[in-house]
Amino acid sequence: MKDEVTREERVTNLKGLGSSRKRVEDARFTQGKGHYVDDINLPGMLTGDFVRSPYAHARVKSINIDAAMALDGVVAVLTAKDLEPLSLHWMPTLAGDKQMVLADGKVLFQGQEVAFVVAKDRYIAADAVELVEVEYEELPVIVDPFKSLQSDVVLREDLDPNAPGAHGPRKHHNHIFTWEVGDEDGTNAVIDDADVVATEEMYYHRTHPCPLEPCGSVASMDKVNGKLTLYGTFQAPHVVRTVASLLSGIEEHNIRVVSPDIGGGFGNKVGVYPGYVCSIVASIVTGVPVKWVEDRMENLMSTAFARDYWMKGKISATKEGKITGLHCHVTADHGAFDACADPTKFPAGFMSICTGSYDIPIAYLGVDGVYTNKAPGGVSYRCSFRVTEAVYFIERMIEVLAIELNMDAAELRRINFIKKEQFPYDSELGWEYDSGDYHTAWEKALKAVDYEGLRKEQAERVAAFKRGETRTIMGIGLSFFTEIVGAGPVKNCDILGMGMFDSCEIRIHPTGSAIARLGTISQGQGHATTFAQILASEIGIPADSITIEEGDTDTAPYGLGTYGSRSTPVAGAATAMAGRKIRAKAQMIAAYLLEVHDDDVEFDVDRFVIKGAPERFKTMGEIAYAAYNQAIPGLEPGLEAVSYYDPPNMTYPFGAYVCVMDIDVDTGVPKINRFYALDDCGTRINPMVIEGQIHGGLTEALAVALGQEIAYDEMGNCKTATLMDFFLPTAWEVPNFETDFTVTPSPHHPIGAKGVGESPHVGGVPCFSNAVQDAFRPFGNRHTNMPHDHWRIWKTANDLGLHD
Amino acid sequence: MITAAFEYHRPSDLAGALSVLEEHGDDARVIAGGHSLIPMMKLRMAEVPHLIDLQDIAGLKGITIEGGMVTIGAMTTQHELINNEALLSATPIIHEAALQIADPQVRYMGTIGGNVANGDPANDMPGLMQCLNANFTLEGPDGTRSVKAREFYEAAYMTELEDGEILTQITFSAVNAGYAYEKQKRKIGDYATAACGVLITKDGDKVATASIAMTNLSDVPVLSEAAGAALVGTSCDAAAIKAAVAAALEDIDPTEDNRGPVEFKMHVAGIIISRAIARAWSRA
Repeated sequence: MKDEVTREERVTNLKGLGSSRKRVEDARFTQGKGHYVDDINLPGMLTGDFVRSPYAHARVKSINIDAAMALDGVVAVLTAKDLEPLSLHWMPTLAGDKQMVLADGKVLFQGQEVAFVVAKDRYIAADAVELVEVEYEELPVIVDPFKSLQSDVVLREDLDPNAPGAHGPRKHHNHIFTWEVGDEDGTNAVIDDADVVATEEMYYHRTHPCPLEPCGSVASMDKVNGKLTLYGTFQAPHVVRTVASLLSGIEEHNIRVVSPDIGGGFGNKVGVYPGYVCSIVASIVTGVPVKWVEDRMENLMSTAFARDYWMKGKISATKEGKITGLHCHVTADHGAFDACADPTKFPAGFMSICTGSYDIPIAYLGVDGVYTNKAPGGVSYRCSFRVTEAVYFIERMIEVLAIELNMDAAELRRINFIKKEQFPYDSELGWEYDSGDYHTAWEKALKAVDYEGLRKEQAERVAAFKRGETRTIMGIGLSFFTEIVGAGPVKNCDILGMGMFDSCEIRIHPTGSAIARLGTISQGQGHATTFAQILASEIGIPADSITIEEGDTDTAPYGLGTYGSRSTPVAGAATAMAGRKIRAKAQMIAAYLLEVHDDDVEFDVDRFVIKGAPERFKTMGEIAYAAYNQAIPGLEPGLEAVSYYDPPNMTYPFGAYVCVMDIDVDTGVPKINRFYALDDCGTRINPMVIEGQIHGGLTEALAVALGQEIAYDEMGNCKTATLMDFFLPTAWEVPNFETDFTVTPSPHHPIGAKGVGESPHVGGVPCFSNAVQDAFRPFGNRHTNMPHDHWRIWKTANDLGLHD
Repeated sequence: MITAAFEYHRPSDLAGALSVLEEHGDDARVIAGGHSLIPMMKLRMAEVPHLIDLQDIAGLKGITIEGGMVTIGAMTTQHELINNEALLSATPIIHEAALQIADPQVRYMGTIGGNVANGDPANDMPGLMQCLNANFTLEGPDGTRSVKAREFYEAAYMTELEDGEILTQITFSAVNAGYAYEKQKRKIGDYATAACGVLITKDGDKVATASIAMTNLSDVPVLSEAAGAALVGTSCDAAAIKAAVAAALEDIDPTEDNRGPVEFKMHVAGIIISRAIARAWSRA
């Protein structure tokens, strides 16, 4: 057979690794043809809606449902009393705590679920919610975690104050856990003896992932067949199936969980919410499907928040700037229930990555979790578990230390980076960094922005400001981050006991196309695009001929889902490994067809060729056909493979970011003039998808750094429950982003990829914040807390006397 | 976030709208673009058993400019204001201000009549109408009357508009003056942290007249006559602007909200006012 196509063209046609293939999902999304939970309408379906608490802390004296039940079209009103016989009035959280599904005697945060109204349509349900009469007796409200630890007020009356919690002893009735890593005495000794010590306290404010699509579910209990189908906004559908089975007692094979299109997750859709449970119970009770979809205010007020870490740091160094020790203590406000989404053994996630990108010889981290009258959660908003907090902490400590040393912060980083030859690097707090080349990335970034020139320009601006010639100052924000993603080795990481592996199952069709199913679920990441590219390179079938399916537990292999940038490191690895199984069998088929020994053929792009005689080959299409139409001695028919991948280690993407910002000191308005982002995520699967991920992550980083927060007043009223006050940036607020990269493959990942979706958020937040703080550094600023909205920036200027 | 049930009325003429209003009294409200009323209904903070949609009443739309007088129908959208070239040359401050209202999607629906009639101190048009010394035409069961924008606002959401009346049009003299509408907001779509409209006419190199009005800095829009007076007769130098700002700040009473505390708002208001004056003067 004559081959008209060059090898290079064959590579291009595959659209495999490295191809900026257009996202296959976008055809439907850009035409409004996505299919989300709220698009699911089943025959006879009812709608549920919540009665929610207006109070942050109150005893529920009585609930009268008579008026609501009397409304035409209302089918049921569920309260905790109705769920109690099923033991579903409380549910376990991912953090080893439990959470009320419906208010059981008291409410602990504003917006808490009190009763669940089920009606013929959402309009009737909303009317009926107004008719449920709840009598409350207000209780003292605690919104400050430090006051909580001093208060006589017992928030969680359901817990024995003397019994240990899920993570060991509790110090106080409002205390949840103490988690410690590292050598505290040794660290303190080093810091006490150091040449230079910088201390700082910083608050990483509470915010919220705020996906465009809020949370929802549709439960359908088929009483004839005993099967429960549950559609929902789930970042981990398989885990939801297991949890649903454990909670309901329905055998797991009788439960089918489906995540349809999901309009963004960012961590918000990892956990289990009362709405899911209530829709299931309501469907079991009524025998018809029940839908629950929350609105924006409900999403912001009651579903999982992110951050809310009060961090206290001490960092020591020699006079020359070599860091000698790091001490970090966190008071973590978890709200009313500990519903953090972290691997079981990590109550503060991977906060212990807080030594950052630096070679720090001794360190200590202590975290105390505390209950308050705020919404539960503590999810990782576009980051691996608590990594944004860790990176913000160390990147601020570096800046503060630079001030203490009177040293340039870029130089201080350079002095302390882990060196290329130190990888794999064992950090003092217990992580094995797989690969990195920080100095190369840093120098490339500084050169790209002309760092020296920027510092000169800044100095000139400061002089002009002091001469009264301008009211605008200039900040240069630096950040260098190391992410820890791809949870994780099963021996360390589990969710509710499920090891954090992931999976891929591939079927090659006779005509040479394929379907692959994974245990993950895209919420906008573009898995259908990029996983097909991994396979294309592994098995030589064009990405365009490979369908990727996720999210249906009846068809997809079990996996732990998509969050913490784990899809590429874990499911992507499973995909490559399953592809290699396909390729191994294909090699045997090819050898049979070519009538040579297995070892005499080798893989070449989209075919197997005879070694030394590449003109003799069988394409993957020919091999696939043969797998189904020929009886090959010693081989089963068909061409399928499954891989369950337990990663040997996490992956450690890193990056170097620079933000150049002007600040109007009179109004507090910042203007971002430049943002440069260099990311190293190892092997790059699809540069265009990576760039999109980076733009999205940086946009959310800008949001968090410059204004996005969940704020409460003293009464525990949520002050930011609408998009008027909760800052969601638009194209207008977002600057142009310049992206760049280096490539340092992961040594343990089958294709060397590390994951990238969350890196820009992790690195972006400190970069934007550092830009604001750097602008004020020449005027005496050390640290001010985020979010840097107009008035807080103005206040910094005012506190520094710049309005005098 | 779902409204309670309501009757929807869509009259084709003003008489029809007025008669529904009369029939249902407090139970009825007119709706223009709906960007204030519908969220209030969805939050169930406004209960409106009878909603009267004015969009089919042709007479309430459009912009006419005759003999130096500008007349704008209440149902004219912000988008239409922005894209009307005759209005741009007759009174360009409207264009500059309307472009700073919300976002394009809101401006396709939001109307000038709804913006001024609702009495929301955060809306931009009430202050601007005071700056322009506009008149509002109110039609009711007892006929038509005219109320000055400067006398229309009593308190937040409280106006001169009587039950049973509909604000039908806005009139003002075309202004050939230096102008500026300056607004600080947290993001696109937000209300003002502080906003200020300024019109200045020149006599030689001195200020002949000055009109200064502010948005979202009190429970009503604020026209500061003292601030205007501080500029008249001056060459609008730094000292004059400082005096005008000081006078304007005397007339406002901002409250703390998520945008910031009073101290911050007062400071920013001063900056915004001084920038608006400077820009208006540069165009005078």
